[in-house]
Amino acid sequence: MAPVVTGQAASARRNLWLGALVAALAALPFLADLAGQPAMTSLATRIVILAIAAASLNLALGYGGLVSFGHAAWYGIGGYVVGVLYRHYVSGDPFLGLSVGTDQLLVTLPLAALVSGLFAAVFGALALRTSGVQFIMITLAFAQMIFFFFVALKAYGGDDGLIVRRRNSLPFLDTRDAATFYWVCLTLAVGWFAFMGRLVRSRFGAVLAGVRQSERRMAAIGVRTYPYKLAAFVISGMGAGLAGALMANHARFVSPDMMHWTQSGELMIMVILGGAGTLLGPAAGAAVLILLETQLAALTEHWQIVLGPLLVLMILFTRGGLSGLARLVRGGRDG
Amino acid sequence: MAEPSGGDPVLRVERLFKRFGGVNATDDLSLDLRRGEIHALIGPNGAGKTTFIGQLMGEIEPDSGRILFEGRDIAALSTPARVRAGLARTFQITQLLGEETALGNVALAVQARQGHSFRFWARAGADESLRAPACDHLAAAGLAARAQVRVHEMSHGEHKQLELAVALASQPHVLLLDEPMAGLGASESRDMVEALKRMKGGLSILLVEHDMNAVFALADRVSVLVYGRIIASGTPAEIQADAQVRAAYLGEGDA
Repeated sequence: MAPVVTGQAASARRNLWLGALVAALAALPFLADLAGQPAMTSLATRIVILAIAAASLNLALGYGGLVSFGHAAWYGIGGYVVGVLYRHYVSGDPFLGLSVGTDQLLVTLPLAALVSGLFAAVFGALALRTSGVQFIMITLAFAQMIFFFFVALKAYGGDDGLIVRRRNSLPFLDTRDAATFYWVCLTLAVGWFAFMGRLVRSRFGAVLAGVRQSERRMAAIGVRTYPYKLAAFVISGMGAGLAGALMANHARFVSPDMMHWTQSGELMIMVILGGAGTLLGPAAGAAVLILLETQLAALTEHWQIVLGPLLVLMILFTRGGLSGLARLVRGGRDG
Repeated sequence: MAEPSGGDPVLRVERLFKRFGGVNATDDLSLDLRRGEIHALIGPNGAGKTTFIGQLMGEIEPDSGRILFEGRDIAALSTPARVRAGLARTFQITQLLGEETALGNVALAVQARQGHSFRFWARAGADESLRAPACDHLAAAGLAARAQVRVHEMSHGEHKQLELAVALASQPHVLLLDEPMAGLGASESRDMVEALKRMKGGLSILLVEHDMNAVFALADRVSVLVYGRIIASGTPAEIQADAQVRAAYLGEGDA
């Protein structure tokens, strides 16, 4: 049938576009230097990192229909893994009798994803007993619990957080160089988005899409949905933890603010603004939100008064966020 | 008329009760479904037919009574476990994945039948072991030409056909059809009857239906449900002749 053929052509064209997009993003530090605006690289790094976090939330929220209002918790925990390991690395103090300190990015990143995933598994296992508004509220409550735990955790800075004086190191690369660190983050982001792209088209992704559309239908074809929802929630938490670990390195600082509920809200805005349930939507949402924030903040200190209505209008009139807007412009219907 | 193979019920319901507030939705309901037969369950609106199917599928818990599926009491089984054991249903108010294509809906049911779905990398859409059986089930339900159409762009009649295809994809031994003809046009109804006729014998079917032409064309046996109670049970000819049924249901005022 015709749709299959055009589908293949569209996917080839899409891959071409994605390749061009990645090449353009990779060239960004050079362009920033040429333009005499080296701060652009740092801003782009922030966007790329938050895009990973937003894409992770999108797996649960956009594809699985699990509206988690506590994703900043996993993001912050990832950041704290870097901060705590760095603290022990510098001081040489053991942690629970083990000498765990390290400043190696190849160790801290996987560990951050793992620890965040573990926390997401424990809290997700409880939260997923509920659904709908209850699920939104309980994820928010858990995240606030974790937030206040870290506020009270004086051993690791409490309210003030932890300073990571030097970025974690990588063999052969100088992560202190802004462009190098940007490329590291970009590589991980491309990898994470590729993984998400495969995931949502796999058998697992098909079940997840079914969960979003009708739990009743899934039961009627013999699928117990709970394990799939939990797996999606954990993967989603791992991605957020990875992003948090990168952000701790980028900002060279972690604090409980990373897991404040407003951070969860910002991640949700990125997903919804970009287009929930679309692959690249969260990246676009992260870029637009961060750019708007920084531009408006330069104009006025009351930038939030401008940003709020702007977001409402964009979401109301684009039907499906920026992805919806792109669809309207192209006149097509494939996101 | 094809006589059902006697004895050996594949599904046996014993003295089922379910009350909602003051209403007896299911009132001492006992029923056998024999292997390979089509057993029609008819009755006026509100007789408790859909509630009964809900109890068979484990979506609604009965107050008392037993449901034996292939000789085993299935009270402890969840809905998904019952489906995996070989029970499947269609919904009167269709429950389909609206954003997916017809093929996608059926392929997901095929996938569920094949075991767990913790496969994160290979594209499900390109998997021939899902696509081929899904196409067969679509064809069996008369939807072969509509495989790539999205559900929310399909007609009501096609939704009914797709419900059937999805149910078939879980390869049930027993199929519970909840008003498959409701809302269908005359020619769509005929297609549905033909589709069900083709399945006859291979499957045991409990057919809840209002359309008497369809019931009498398909059923080996008919039971009549009124206020949660079975008031009569027998061959189509016996039911048509039953005075009580005619009074209660077939709309003949004096009996």
